[in-house]
Amino acid sequence: MTEAIQLLVGTRKGAWRLRSSAARQAWRVEGPLFLGQIINHFVVDPRDPKAMLMAASTGHLGPTILRSTDGGDTWVEARQPPAFPSGEPHGRSVHHTFWLEPGHASEPGVWWAGASPPSLFRSVDEGDTWESVKGLNEHPKAMDWFPPLDEGTPDGPMIAGIVIDPRDARHMYLATPMAGVLETTDQGESWRPLNQNVRCDYLPDPYPEIGQDAHQIALAPTNPDRIWQQNHCGIYRLDRPAERWDRIGDAMPREVGDIGFSIVPHPRCADTAWVFPMDGTEVWPRVSPDGRPAVYRTRDGGLSWERQDKGFPREQGWFTVKRQAMCGDGRDPVGLYLGTTSGELWMSDDEGESFRQIAAHLPEIYSVNAAPL
Amino acid sequence: MVSVLIPSQLTAYTEGATRVPAAGQTVDAVLRDLDARFPGLRFRVVDEQNRVRRHMRIFVGREETRTVGRSLADGDELLIFGALSGG
Repeated sequence: MTEAIQLLVGTRKGAWRLRSSAARQAWRVEGPLFLGQIINHFVVDPRDPKAMLMAASTGHLGPTILRSTDGGDTWVEARQPPAFPSGEPHGRSVHHTFWLEPGHASEPGVWWAGASPPSLFRSVDEGDTWESVKGLNEHPKAMDWFPPLDEGTPDGPMIAGIVIDPRDARHMYLATPMAGVLETTDQGESWRPLNQNVRCDYLPDPYPEIGQDAHQIALAPTNPDRIWQQNHCGIYRLDRPAERWDRIGDAMPREVGDIGFSIVPHPRCADTAWVFPMDGTEVWPRVSPDGRPAVYRTRDGGLSWERQDKGFPREQGWFTVKRQAMCGDGRDPVGLYLGTTSGELWMSDDEGESFRQIAAHLPEIYSVNAAPL
Repeated sequence: MVSVLIPSQLTAYTEGATRVPAAGQTVDAVLRDLDARFPGLRFRVVDEQNRVRRHMRIFVGREETRTVGRSLADGDELLIFGALSGG
């Protein structure tokens, strides 16, 4: 692989880009873009690498989508950002878009957006105009699955992730904070929960049909029947067509636990994935356990985990890494990247064997995505 | 016509102008008139249910309104502010 690489970084105070040659050794920090805007997600379209979208809002202004069709040189605002229909019965309005997902490879120009309050929108014109996905937003159980709440992380409950089966554009999964994982096989017209054996420590019935908090889900690229999930209550794996998740986080060291936000699958090995554990004890500090940051890797589908912490602070390193702020780059060896809420960017160019800091002093990092340049 | 004070948060839409004239007999009509000339501006002030966004404030003269149906008279001054908030 000889292509140069870029990292797209969304923060609470704007967006930044880091660029490097294919060697991934020296990184140039560029920005800010849209200083002061809250950028929840900043994503390149793999079907058209010149096309980029950002999910933006500010403390004052309503949400919008920013678009570029020239690789980020110029930006325009979406003509019709994600919004509920005027007069919809529950009085909902989009607070912010949280997740932007390029559509299936067979559908150029299609994008999906997950928003807060939990809701789904679709664009067929490269993100310029967006329509409510009625199958979810007007689902008879929508208000049971997503009861109105002002609070939640971050800044209210949202659709926390969208995953599309690379073999079938109609088959999708959502990660949600109150209904766990939802699945559709008709491209969003109907949905059903997929949460068997996923625990809710915070409900009277610890294994309900819904109520789970799916922090992030990802398909194994070489085996899209394998779903990895980092949940509020543990790390899970599901091999379809099975319906029952296995809590593979039980194999994590007990003193570290299996709580976190992100999970990153290996691009070429379906048994390998990385997580970034955070402290989920007592009052849920959500920082590196014991102040010692580490990534954990499994290479056997979650039967066992190994600690990878070379290069990270040995002590007093209280990292928080949000769910969109850890990613891989698909290269060989895989590059791993994570951004902290304290504005530091760390990377590994050897599949987690060692890490180094490549940027610091940025605002609170919300999302990190790697893409060819 | 109504004179509209544009807050700093919205001057990117108005090419830097902090005061612009607009037509309309209600706050809603004025915002729609502004949006026709400065696309996208209205949605960042008012949500899809026609509610003034939580951290935006609209005054007609010295009187605040949270209702975009508030009527306006020729010569009124409409002031849009970003509320004190955030960090």
